[in-house]
Amino acid sequence: MDISYRAWKVFWRNFVVFRKTWLTNIMFNFLEPLLYLAAMGYGMGHYIPAIQGMSYLQFLAPGLIASSAMWATASECTYDSFVRMKFQKTYHAIVATPVSLDEVVVGEMLFGTFKSVLYGTVILLVILFLGLVRSPAALLVPLVLVLCGFVFAELGMIWTGLVPKIDTFSYFFTLIITPMFLFAGVFFPLDALPLVVQRLAWLIPLYHVVELVRPLVLGQLSPVLLVHAAWLVVFIAIFFYPPLYLLRRRLAG
Amino acid sequence: MALTDVVRARGLVKKYNGFTAVKGIDFAVHPGECFGFLGPNGAGKTTTIKMIHCFTPVTAGSLEVLGYDVRRQPREIKARLGVVPQEDNLDPELTVQENLLLYAGYFDIPRGEARQRVQELLAFAGLEEKAGVEVEHLSGGMKRRLAIARALVNKPQLLILDEPTTGLDPEARHLVWEKLRQLKVAGVTLILTTHYLEEAAQLCDRLVIMDRGIILEEGSPGELVERHVGREVLELAPVDGEARAILSLVAGSILAHLTIGQTLYLYTNNGREIWRQVQGLNSYFSHMMLRPATLEDVFLKLTGRGLD
Repeated sequence: MDISYRAWKVFWRNFVVFRKTWLTNIMFNFLEPLLYLAAMGYGMGHYIPAIQGMSYLQFLAPGLIASSAMWATASECTYDSFVRMKFQKTYHAIVATPVSLDEVVVGEMLFGTFKSVLYGTVILLVILFLGLVRSPAALLVPLVLVLCGFVFAELGMIWTGLVPKIDTFSYFFTLIITPMFLFAGVFFPLDALPLVVQRLAWLIPLYHVVELVRPLVLGQLSPVLLVHAAWLVVFIAIFFYPPLYLLRRRLAG
Repeated sequence: MALTDVVRARGLVKKYNGFTAVKGIDFAVHPGECFGFLGPNGAGKTTTIKMIHCFTPVTAGSLEVLGYDVRRQPREIKARLGVVPQEDNLDPELTVQENLLLYAGYFDIPRGEARQRVQELLAFAGLEEKAGVEVEHLSGGMKRRLAIARALVNKPQLLILDEPTTGLDPEARHLVWEKLRQLKVAGVTLILTTHYLEEAAQLCDRLVIMDRGIILEEGSPGELVERHVGREVLELAPVDGEARAILSLVAGSILAHLTIGQTLYLYTNNGREIWRQVQGLNSYFSHMMLRPATLEDVFLKLTGRGLD
């Protein structure tokens, strides 16, 4: 591995471009969770009995912080990274300087992580405004989003290293991201599901993010939160090298 | 290795998944010269320069650039190189000036120094009035000049250009050539790949002709032409296939010949004499032309086929 402070230069490059386009960029990612919150939280939630002693809206809102963060990073490190790599040849331009390809990949992942923190925090602020944040522990949510961002940045970059064309990303979203979105505890608690499914949930990164964000927003602090955080750190460690390897193989030959 | 060589390759090999793109080549680039890799698509020229700028790992052989080993010291090499790629890879959402400043950042050039350098480069590339324009709104020629300016941001000792004028209209192409000549005068060593023979003849002090992963020939454009095809070429298209009769007639006055399709190419130092002899045959030719020999003829003769 050939990684130095220069990875931040790649982060900075993406940030400079993002500053120019953030308004159109942020709107779409931001609107969708709010639609879910309105339709399912207010609309459908009206017909749903209290979950774990709280309204459905209250239950759903923190979960949407986690899922928006995941979506933002997953699309940044797939579609957006692929466009930079394949069509704009940005990686080629950068590796012609003292920056290494490994640093380009890490810089892309840092920027993907930034997207999680940004979009998740925006939703947190909306929820705060709606009066659904119950505890100052919610201030720790952005830290959780850093872990969330890094995991999904790695998963996204693995696919970016593998897919033959941009359309192939739909498999990633249909087979990995959407199932996580639906079955990681964002919309309903997993207690009602068979025990096997509950155990399998521990292998899903988003599950741990949800299990961290919701208690922090609700102020239900317990040592088990550290276990969830540790799991995310383990995922980050496991998935760190594959994107570097795959992109080296793909680009340098 | 002689310390004065800017690039030195020995037995350089590149394999991709079992396919050998470069098959053990040797060459040296001297300081201050413009060195060309000439050849058709797939000859291995782009692969070779990708190894020089440390993008593609070397499979076998040795390759040293500016005295550094490409395997062990890529950062040292890349800090002293400029690379102008075949396909534009500028940042399309950013302005001309932002592109240059951002690129300076990759080289750790301090902000103040970078700003000054960017002003110089905008003037060099003739893009001062476009400084605030986003790259996606530039013409192809302007983008290419910006790509060259960007490659100069670190004041490189060696500038590598991959097909620098492919896809440009003739005026834009001449403008790029003029900029490259200015750089040469300023002492920058240039390496370029091209499949335009005129480009090679215009710019290169020395060149190698590559085909299918090997170097076929090496020399200055003038030397190569003289050595292989002489000063002139007579192109003939005999209607009734009398090639054999013609060849036996002119055998004493040609250096070599080649047949491509229906056309016979006679390479000579004495065009007028052959012209007279052939006219004496009293045959009919659908095409008959005497012209000065060019690098293209050398290429045709060496490979038995044309470029493209």
